[in-house]
Amino acid sequence: MSEAVIEYIGGPLLRARTEGPFGLYESVAIGEERLLGEVVRLDGDHITVQVYEDTTGLAPGRRLAGTGRPLSIPLGPGVLGGMYDGLLRPLDGFDSPFIPRGSFRERDQAYRFTPSVAVGERLSPGAVLGAAEREGAMDQQVLLPPDVDGEVVEIAPAGEYREAEVICRIENARGERREVAARQDWPVRIARPLARRLPVDEPLITGQRVIDSLFPVGLGGKAAVPGGFGTGKTVLLETLARWCSADVIIYVGCGERGNELTGMLEEFPGLVDPRSGRSLMERTVIIANTSNMPVAAREASIYTAVTLAEYYRDQGLHVALMADSTSRWAEALREISGRLGELPGEAGYPAYLSSRLADFYERAAKGETLAGKVGSVTVMGTVSPPAGDFSEPVTSHTKRYVRSFWALDARRAQARMYPAINPLQSYAEETSRLAAWWQARGNSDWPRLRRATLELLEEQTRLERMARIIGKDALPFGQQMRLLAAELLNDAFLRQSAFSENDRYASPERQTVMLRLLIRFADLAQQAVARGVTPAEITGLRIYRRLQRMGEDLPPDDLAAYQALGEDMERELQALAEEVTA
Amino acid sequence: MSHGITSLRSRIYLEGAAERLEGPLLFLKRLAEVTLNEAVYVEDASGRQRLGRIASIDEAHMTVEVLEATMGLNLEEIRLNLTGRPLEFGVGPGLLGRIFNGVGEVIDGGPPVAARRQLAIGGLPVNPVQRETPRDFIETGVSTVDIMNSLVRGQKLPLFSGGGLPHDRLAADIAVNARLRQSDEDFAIVFVGIGLPYDSAEYFRHRLEESGALERTVLFLNLASDSSTQRLLTPRYALTAAEYLAFEEGMHVLVIITDMTNYCEALREVSSSLGEIPSRKGYPGYMYSDLATLYERAGRVHGRAGTLTQLPILTMPADDIGHPIPDLTGYITEGQIVLDRELDRQGLYPPVKVLPSLSRLMKDGTGGDYTHPDHPALANQLYAAYARAQQARLLASVVGDDGLAEEDRQFLAFARRFEHDYVAQAERRSLEASMALGWELLRELPRTALNRLSDAQIAQYIDGEGG
Ligand SMILES: Nc1ncnc2c1ncn2[C@@H]1O[C@H](COP(=O)(O)OP(=O)(O)OP(=O)(O)O)[C@@H](O)[C@H]1O
Ligand SMILES: [Mg+2]
Repeated sequence: MSEAVIEYIGGPLLRARTEGPFGLYESVAIGEERLLGEVVRLDGDHITVQVYEDTTGLAPGRRLAGTGRPLSIPLGPGVLGGMYDGLLRPLDGFDSPFIPRGSFRERDQAYRFTPSVAVGERLSPGAVLGAAEREGAMDQQVLLPPDVDGEVVEIAPAGEYREAEVICRIENARGERREVAARQDWPVRIARPLARRLPVDEPLITGQRVIDSLFPVGLGGKAAVPGGFGTGKTVLLETLARWCSADVIIYVGCGERGNELTGMLEEFPGLVDPRSGRSLMERTVIIANTSNMPVAAREASIYTAVTLAEYYRDQGLHVALMADSTSRWAEALREISGRLGELPGEAGYPAYLSSRLADFYERAAKGETLAGKVGSVTVMGTVSPPAGDFSEPVTSHTKRYVRSFWALDARRAQARMYPAINPLQSYAEETSRLAAWWQARGNSDWPRLRRATLELLEEQTRLERMARIIGKDALPFGQQMRLLAAELLNDAFLRQSAFSENDRYASPERQTVMLRLLIRFADLAQQAVARGVTPAEITGLRIYRRLQRMGEDLPPDDLAAYQALGEDMERELQALAEEVTA
Repeated sequence: MSHGITSLRSRIYLEGAAERLEGPLLFLKRLAEVTLNEAVYVEDASGRQRLGRIASIDEAHMTVEVLEATMGLNLEEIRLNLTGRPLEFGVGPGLLGRIFNGVGEVIDGGPPVAARRQLAIGGLPVNPVQRETPRDFIETGVSTVDIMNSLVRGQKLPLFSGGGLPHDRLAADIAVNARLRQSDEDFAIVFVGIGLPYDSAEYFRHRLEESGALERTVLFLNLASDSSTQRLLTPRYALTAAEYLAFEEGMHVLVIITDMTNYCEALREVSSSLGEIPSRKGYPGYMYSDLATLYERAGRVHGRAGTLTQLPILTMPADDIGHPIPDLTGYITEGQIVLDRELDRQGLYPPVKVLPSLSRLMKDGTGGDYTHPDHPALANQLYAAYARAQQARLLASVVGDDGLAEEDRQFLAFARRFEHDYVAQAERRSLEASMALGWELLRELPRTALNRLSDAQIAQYIDGEGG
């Protein structure tokens, strides 16, 4: 392989004079410690390299060597259930509490292979070779790489193997032989192929009422969560990582706090996935590139995560990718671009910020895999706008590429109204495609309920504005009642504590009954007021408080309890109305 | 002079290499093999040595960031001593009770500290796999902190303050009063003054001395008159000492850093003299990552007895919480305690502005296992009620108190009492006292407004008058 001599070092970048050819995005090994780097610029006989570890101690005159391959990560059945850095290098197994430079080791896990093909079989690219099982991870498959096909010449019998061990030999039509192991490298900046894309027509169920019922994201869709510091982005993504309906969770902590990832690693193994009955960690991968880790690896971590997500998708799984925070990734781009001396654009970000964001979100998809199965990657990214101002470049460009936008609001967060998703600033496109799914779950009027809810919330803002001018008491009773019904909707439906055992997850069925109850309440209360009941009499009813607290007070799976609540509501309001007319 | 770096065996001297001196930056020809971030000494004709660091290198040139005043240096006479090592600090148990300047030199007149280890001051990132979630509740005696924004051992919780607000007093109060429940273990305190006026440094020293805490305190003082390049290193020396005390000596260390705003100003100044492209308000684009390399040096790690808690103080320029300094800090730390000029003007101490304050680790260190099972609900209800009261205030400012509905008037009364009797406090309150007072305030609100409390909690604390 080609070599080069370092001439200049500044921060995470170095420049070197080459003694042979290098390719753009080729990965390189630097110095005796063989630190990982990637060629980011070619310039005559010079290359610029971005270094994925701290450059302290490097000096001009030291050598680096090319690898002849683009920057890649080793995919394989050994990944699931663990925590890795931004280049998928395992973070466990260190003695020290710190991460010393140049000390990563290769992953080569043992797993149990059970072949599903036989010698002589002709296989197309991406075909299934067999099953892979491992302690501490859900069951997976071993696939042929997307660029390999041909006839099986040799296949390993069922048994224990290491990921790097060859388990299959295959010969293509030109007589070329390839050896295949379960561990397969894939370049992070290149999307893995699908046979074809499929429409996004099924929701990812998150158990969060405001999301599933009002601003859903589809399987294979993309969502952004912008919000100032402390508004609840991380808690929201972590909650989705715990309870959402995906088969596999890839959580990438990109330039955020170490403790948050530690928290997941402590908590997830002890939580049980309600659908599989197995530990949540078995379906989860955590990519940790915390704020104090090398900034170049932060830039790469997003691509690592999405490549990994596609790898599971290709096995016919539904994958949810959570990236916290895409702003830190954009800042890493900005820092590297600045050091490369590129012309700064808006707020110092490089002009290609927008296209890089598009590339990333474009890798979210639902599709038919090469092996003929259906899988998806749903991408959800947080955005951390400076001073919480959504007009800045990362938020505004992201907005162009996502279909669901969950805007977090500092005012709501300060009042401890979590999740602080502002229903008037948030949106979800193409919800009509998801209606069929709800209909199949016994909720044929999902679109109507959704519309009624959003209308009530819009009306609330209008009425509040009016009340601020003339005083709340000066509003007619009917409008006062609408305001109260909207407040109840906020309190009882939109508010959902991530830390309440009863309320942290609401099944689609429970969401439907709750929403029906509250919309019905709004109507009944309006009718009662029309018959002469005062709003104060209504909020004084026992049922009002019971509705306020139903999420926290009623057992999560007891739909009958909600039914009973609904009957009581009808009765109490009826009685009140009769009292007044009598 | 006893420098932080003591283990210099073979020194290489470079002469006649200096080409240009601009403020704290010295540009030289690269006549010898050097490495990035290597510690160097810049020596003048008199033999006086100034500590520096190799900031960038290419084939022919290198830049040294000089960490002490460069006034009086003469290009022809400069000799550069290369140490071959990064900036290091010699640490040992003898750190406690000592006073250092901003680059780890003893300035209390005593002998140098016997160093057990030489540690690179930049530190290394803590491996998230090796961390442990901070959980031990610290009782500070301040109700708005203990009940509403609880601090736990290993947390990084800054004070967002403003010029002239009593942040020094509050930080000193917390340092002196903080204790665990069911334990009388004391904190070791690392106090870090960055660009500090002499009288603030004196105030802290006095408070710590008065409470008898001085012998378990390490002070690092970078004074307002010291160079700005040095300000960037002071917290790194201090955190290196703190990490050593916490993770090797097993102590519970509370690090108070004041004022982070001076640190960020120094960062801006050095970045601009390096000719870097500025980002928001002239601060460098990497300020977030740079601050993170300080703040992330807090926490707990597996298998080590000690903890490192950080209480950084910053003054928000123009009281603007959206300014890059508080903004980027808030994006890294585990919450913030915001101080309010309006409350201070009314003579209320501590003037904690409750709504924008937050402790993210509260859920891990409160509740049945740590404080009281009903503590989280109480905190939530106080927050919800006070937020609602602010809306009523807004309304009142437009339509007047008389235009308010009865319920809104109740909220106004609640807010007044909350600020005067709960936020403000003359002396330390125990957790129990803070909780009891919190329930008492809630009793003044209409029952329909208490929707964050369960029926049982209402029966016990509101109707049952404390039960
Ligand atoms: N859904 C929720 N339920 C209960 N509490 C919540 C919820 N969301 C957020 N919180 C509270 O708000 C705090 C801040 O949330 P979080 O850490 O998610 O903010 P963030 O937006 O990620 O901030 P940053 O940008 O600084 O990382 C949490 O520590 C928690 O106390
Ligand atoms: Mg966060």
